[in-house]
Amino acid sequence: MLNVIKNNEQYVKLCARLEKCEHYQKFLAYKEKVLAMGNDSLEKTLAIAVALCLVCAVLVSFGAVALKPLQTHNKNLDMKKNILEVAGLMKEDTDIDAAFGEQIEAKLVNLETGEYDESVNADSYDQRKATKDPALSVAIPKNKDIAHVRHKAKLAKVFLVKEGGKIKSIILPVSGYGLWSTLYGFLSLDADGQTVQSINFYDQAETPGLGGEVVNPMWRALWKGKKVYAETDQPSLNKGSIEEADIGEPALALIKGSVDTGKIGSQHQVDGLAGATLTSNGVTNLVRYWMSKEGFARYLSKVRVKRAKS
Amino acid sequence: MSAVLGDELKNAILNDATKKVIVDPLVNNNPITLQVLGICSALAVTSQMSTSLIMALALTLVTAFSSAAISAIRKHIPGSIRIIVQMTIIASLVIVVDQILKAVAYDVSKQLSVFVGLIITNCIVMGRAEGYAMQNPPLESFMDGIGNGAGYSLILIIVAFFRETLGSGKLLGYEVFKLTKDGGWYDPNGLMLLPPSAFFIIGMIIWAVRQWKPEQNEAVDFKIMAISHGEGAQH
Repeated sequence: MLNVIKNNEQYVKLCARLEKCEHYQKFLAYKEKVLAMGNDSLEKTLAIAVALCLVCAVLVSFGAVALKPLQTHNKNLDMKKNILEVAGLMKEDTDIDAAFGEQIEAKLVNLETGEYDESVNADSYDQRKATKDPALSVAIPKNKDIAHVRHKAKLAKVFLVKEGGKIKSIILPVSGYGLWSTLYGFLSLDADGQTVQSINFYDQAETPGLGGEVVNPMWRALWKGKKVYAETDQPSLNKGSIEEADIGEPALALIKGSVDTGKIGSQHQVDGLAGATLTSNGVTNLVRYWMSKEGFARYLSKVRVKRAKS
Repeated sequence: MSAVLGDELKNAILNDATKKVIVDPLVNNNPITLQVLGICSALAVTSQMSTSLIMALALTLVTAFSSAAISAIRKHIPGSIRIIVQMTIIASLVIVVDQILKAVAYDVSKQLSVFVGLIITNCIVMGRAEGYAMQNPPLESFMDGIGNGAGYSLILIIVAFFRETLGSGKLLGYEVFKLTKDGGWYDPNGLMLLPPSAFFIIGMIIWAVRQWKPEQNEAVDFKIMAISHGEGAQH
């Protein structure tokens, strides 16, 4: 293989040009001089340090730049996979890109008003990036920041699954601090904006086997059918007579031990994770935060009013 | 060119001395059980077999290539900055490994998260660079890296085997013992999922190895004096 390179026309040309180049010759001479020096001389120490840093920097940046497209692709694919999973559309042989393009629609929601914002392209919007951008986000007052996320983007990226023109599920991005890490995930709700379909965390670094069990499919299955908000039935909604329904505060929480399904309120309770009280508290807090008026409550109430009217 | 290199490599591998360099760290001079290096990551990543395997592979590659690189320039490394030079080379390799994992095995890299980065501080890599590669030629150093990586891997796999099967009733994600919560008979041992359990397992492995090979026992620092009856009575 080396011979191929050596006989390559461009390589030969480059060598010829280098031969003539004065600076290159000076560099070679300097290299010889440095290598011949005693190892502990100051000049050699500095020269070796600089040369090593250059070589390593080239190696690292080459690796990072060359692999960047693959990494971004992986990240996007992983995000899409998680959205499909939380919507219950993910099967073993699903083509992620195709299924995502066909069945999922990204929309931006203004958290302040609860209305869709069409002024920004939803597909290229990155909510996590926007959260870090002071122009696109707001600081959360300390007393309201129960999820410990400190900032929130003004526009949240939600995903809708539609069937025959009607919303089938609403997928909301949620995040909050657990024990060691900020958990990022999606909560998917039925079209009523009240019944949980599934929850999924795509980025977390909780203790594997304890808090890390938030990704366990068995535990996640417990969420199905749980109700987010305390009120169970609001007749006025069904008439569609009011413009904005106050859908109340979120009541969903993780409890210690197993849920007794016979008890009143068990529709708002999910088993806590054994041995991971702090992660469980974190999950409760992040659901409470993002489902409150700070988060998606306004948007969800509008979705319900619209649904009741149609 | 490549044929020559291939022959050289073959000779080097068949060579008895090289064989010793590779096989020795498995039991006789194991970096974890005898040198007691690299414990930190052995505790952190062994709750699952899959992460342990990837970590073992990553560490072996980093140790081998960093040892070879350091050995290649060993005659020109100034003594005053030698540790920094070693660290720079190791760190660069670790970053490259991390980037490759993110590009090729995204799911695994997500699970390993910070631990791949922490290979930089793994005592085995530094230990081999300072203790072997600085005095030996590149090919031998490379083999030494492979050997020590293999010794580390062996212990990691043993620890992960016990921790994953006893802690979650699974191995590589496949069910081994049916758990009571799924209607089976096995009640998982939650302690096995916590890092300290690796201390117990590694401790027992060290004990077993030293029973088998008593020459690995260190000389006792302080001897308890035997007191005979006659002497005792005088005190």
